[in-house]
Amino acid sequence: MARRDVAIVATAQRPNEVGSTLTSVELILPVINDVIAKVGIERQKIGFWCHGSCDYMSGQPFSFVAAVDAIGAWPPIVESHVEGDGALALYEAWVKIQTGECDVALVFSNGKTTSGPIDRILNLQADPYMVTPLWPGFDSLAALQARACLDAGVLSEADMAEVAARSYRDALNNPIAYAKENVTAEQLLARPYTTAPLRAHDCGVPVDGANAIILAAGDAARSLAERPAWIRGIDHRIDTQRLGARSMTESSSAAIAAAKAGVGDDRIDIAELHAPYTHQEILLRRAMNLGEGTHVNPSGGALVSNPAMAAGLARFAEAAESVFSGSADRVLAHCTSGPMLQQNLVCVMEGE
Amino acid sequence: MFTAPLVVAYPYKRTVGTLLSRFFQSLQEGRLEGTKGSDGRVYFPPAEFDPVTGRQLDEWVTLAETGTVVTWAWQSAPQPDQPLERPFAWALITLDGADVPLLHAVDAGDIARIRTGSRVKVRWADERSGGIRDIACFDLLEGAS
Repeated sequence: MARRDVAIVATAQRPNEVGSTLTSVELILPVINDVIAKVGIERQKIGFWCHGSCDYMSGQPFSFVAAVDAIGAWPPIVESHVEGDGALALYEAWVKIQTGECDVALVFSNGKTTSGPIDRILNLQADPYMVTPLWPGFDSLAALQARACLDAGVLSEADMAEVAARSYRDALNNPIAYAKENVTAEQLLARPYTTAPLRAHDCGVPVDGANAIILAAGDAARSLAERPAWIRGIDHRIDTQRLGARSMTESSSAAIAAAKAGVGDDRIDIAELHAPYTHQEILLRRAMNLGEGTHVNPSGGALVSNPAMAAGLARFAEAAESVFSGSADRVLAHCTSGPMLQQNLVCVMEGE
Repeated sequence: MFTAPLVVAYPYKRTVGTLLSRFFQSLQEGRLEGTKGSDGRVYFPPAEFDPVTGRQLDEWVTLAETGTVVTWAWQSAPQPDQPLERPFAWALITLDGADVPLLHAVDAGDIARIRTGSRVKVRWADERSGGIRDIACFDLLEGAS
């Protein structure tokens, strides 16, 4: 079966914040209305709605069902939910369009990361018998990975601080970024360890956020956007959940996903990498073989605003916007999930 | 706007299957048993299915109580339910006789006392109920690192 051409035609994101007291519905509703208004489409023309979020974060089983209030279920709609990042919901929507069942899909995600102890909650994604009962937290697991990389000479603490300093400075130009600071790597290295060898700047800042994206196929995409961001390749790979059986110094699943998505076929102008930790950005750049010519995370990335379950879809929104504006022609969007880069979704998009 | 606390817990029991049943029983009895993978690598904790091929694994290997730290991180402020209440190290530890490391805690006391390559030994929990917490933590082997 020939693959259908599918593009992102519009995006919307709410400013990232800390300590939001809004409900999920209140968090989502404005970005849904915003993204629909941007393309001026009638809601009935949206053939599929797909949501990414995590019930553990809101502390309510089936909270995603309540979220349907934000999109409206009458007249009847076709919708689905992914217990994970919105980028994985985008993948589902892309597959749905490939089946020919619809031409236009709306993908959205939300993460109220600061309403509970997110580092502890994410433990529930780990091995339920061998890891979760120890309650290590994702920062500690990432720190084990960082130490292994430091020991192996793959990177240095100065390299990690450079990633953070660049991200914090780039975030100054991003109105929806949460953490931003005109800071140098040297200044960051003078700050104390939190979970050694990680310092506070090495760990993505948990925030509350929501975003939405409209995907459309072929002529529908051309009619909805001046310069759609065409998906040329998309691939999702997973490493073993056994932490000890993985390489700590490379990301094999990211490398495979990047190769399958065609990252190496041509120059990448902008790469929006979902790297919640500084050393993970370096591991991802290496796994995908991204060189000096690629601007990584001009938005500031997940390091400066990490709304869990929405930070991956945010990478897609940022990368697509750079195609819309003409500031980039060929871009990469990436999403990770699970401890220590367990899952990696890579997508290459191009303008025409 | 006001907020109210919300604590959610799901206190179910679940069957762990034949492999983990044997493993948890051996821990309760104070033995360390791993399984051997298709490539000859020994996993501790045991792998039920080969991470490379997906094949079911059933060859058991008994392991020593000593091992080596392959990477570590420092938990300066321990959180609820973690293995130790004073600052400690998380570590991936390869037991002697095993090839694939496990995650656990090392009661190093001070960050300056542990490094990659440190030798450690299992400290058993006083009361064991069949689970990974039957290993209370690991102790540094004095003078060995």
